[in-house]
Amino acid sequence: MNKIKVVVLKEWAEVFRNKLVLFSVAFLPLVLLALPFIMVIIMNNVPLEEATVDDIPEALLGTMCGGMSEADCALVYMLNLFTIMLMILPVMIPVTIAAYSIVGEKTSRTLEPLLATPITTSELLTAKAVAAVLPAVVATFLSFVIYSIGLRFMVNETIYNAALGPIWWFAIIVVAPLLSLFSVCLAIIVSSRVTDPRVAEQMSGIVILPIILIIVGQSLGIILIEARFLFLVAVITAVADAILLYFAVQLFQRERILTQWK
Amino acid sequence: MIKTNALTKQFDEHIAVDSLDLDIADGELFGFLGPNGAGKTTTVRMLTSLIAPTSGTAVVGGFKLGEDDQNIRRNVGILTETPGMYDRLSAHRNLSIYAELYEVEQVERQVEKYLKMLGLWERRDDPVGTFSKGMRQKLAIARSMLHEPKTLFLDEPTSGLDPEAAKLVRDFIEDLKEAGRTIFLCTHNLDEADRLCDRIAVFNGKLRVVDTPTSLRHSLFGNQVVVQLAASAEFYTSNLTSLPFVKECVADGNRLLLQMDDPAANNPELIRVLVSANAPIQFVSEQTHSLEDIYLELVNDK
Repeated sequence: MNKIKVVVLKEWAEVFRNKLVLFSVAFLPLVLLALPFIMVIIMNNVPLEEATVDDIPEALLGTMCGGMSEADCALVYMLNLFTIMLMILPVMIPVTIAAYSIVGEKTSRTLEPLLATPITTSELLTAKAVAAVLPAVVATFLSFVIYSIGLRFMVNETIYNAALGPIWWFAIIVVAPLLSLFSVCLAIIVSSRVTDPRVAEQMSGIVILPIILIIVGQSLGIILIEARFLFLVAVITAVADAILLYFAVQLFQRERILTQWK
Repeated sequence: MIKTNALTKQFDEHIAVDSLDLDIADGELFGFLGPNGAGKTTTVRMLTSLIAPTSGTAVVGGFKLGEDDQNIRRNVGILTETPGMYDRLSAHRNLSIYAELYEVEQVERQVEKYLKMLGLWERRDDPVGTFSKGMRQKLAIARSMLHEPKTLFLDEPTSGLDPEAAKLVRDFIEDLKEAGRTIFLCTHNLDEADRLCDRIAVFNGKLRVVDTPTSLRHSLFGNQVVVQLAASAEFYTSNLTSLPFVKECVADGNRLLLQMDDPAANNPELIRVLVSANAPIQFVSEQTHSLEDIYLELVNDK
């Protein structure tokens, strides 16, 4: 346990002294927070002319817009999309950290002395995963808290309650950490199997695709994000995490990484 | 103690290490010489349980490779060929991390001890990225020593260092040997190996030879005596070839080159014969061969 703590603290000390990584980790939450706030300001100040409930997929109307004006309904619909976009954070942030922490170890030639210590592969991977997942979860949670506090002051209570129902708290507290773990495991697996560290970073980025598909699905009305859907996502992600974690440990072969990475 | 039996490592079709048999005693400073790509680093990686052998067995510090890998890692120190450091972290933090990972009980004391011993204490709070190559190498050596391993693997410890830093590292290695540690030293620096090592192995994928530097000289080149004359040496060879202790006698200009078993015992008789033949002797000396001669002879003799 102590070795895991040592490596986690080392990762953070290293990663967060890297301005590029720090920028990528901080920039995304800032953008994803700024966008909905700017949109709310614009929608509060500009008369709604073109966006009406006609633009909102019919499947969503019943769940979101009961008793609301067209303008409020359109705002809730937009805010819902931005809330889903916050789920990009737990997926993208750990990929940046994990790719840097594994690929960075190799490129700075610190992986060999690290692997020469009596740390086990499980301890090392757990530490790498925790070091990547925790900042992502904290950043997601903080972003959501700021987002909800900001909205509380910017929109009326009816819109606020419609836009940020309990399912979103479930998404942030339960689904976000599971998604983070999923993306870290994928980053570790990719990093362990490819011979070029740059490929590892690029391939790990594809983990964002399911989130994008959900956003597109929701905006087109194909997917309806409600409690049952999120619960299903949580269960599927948890199972996928367990499987990926197992394979990550199995595929992280010290020898391959030491002898084939150039 | 390090003992290997037919230790082999194969990468696809390429055999990097071929049936290596070594027996290194406790407290021995063992030099492992070979050209680039000879498989020295692969051997070190196998013996420190970083990579698994394809076949063969090895025991390092009493622990069997493949069965007791965690204990091997716990009990050996390794200075890798290119020792990476966490450049954004301080020297002190770098060592503290490794001390914790090596389960050192008194982390602070050990870190301080080796930072001071290697002259880095004053720079302990500086990021390692600001260190010179020599300072980084010294820090890497300190890292390999934090857990006081009985067996040390040093891969090119003085490579790229200026003469002063290289001497400091060599002195440090000698101190470690005097403290009774077993040291496996991979080096290209033949003079360093000659001066430091108890025994030397010349390795080129396969083990070419293992012996003490002195024995290697004698076995390869024998004992050669050079007699420098003031006149042509050709005239005197016939006087010397009849002597029972002279194995070979060659004239080279004004020099006589003689192969003998025991120059110290036979030189008086040799000089007496030459003097009685009125040879104008200027001086007599023993021909010495550098380790470089031995190394090149063995490595090129495929």
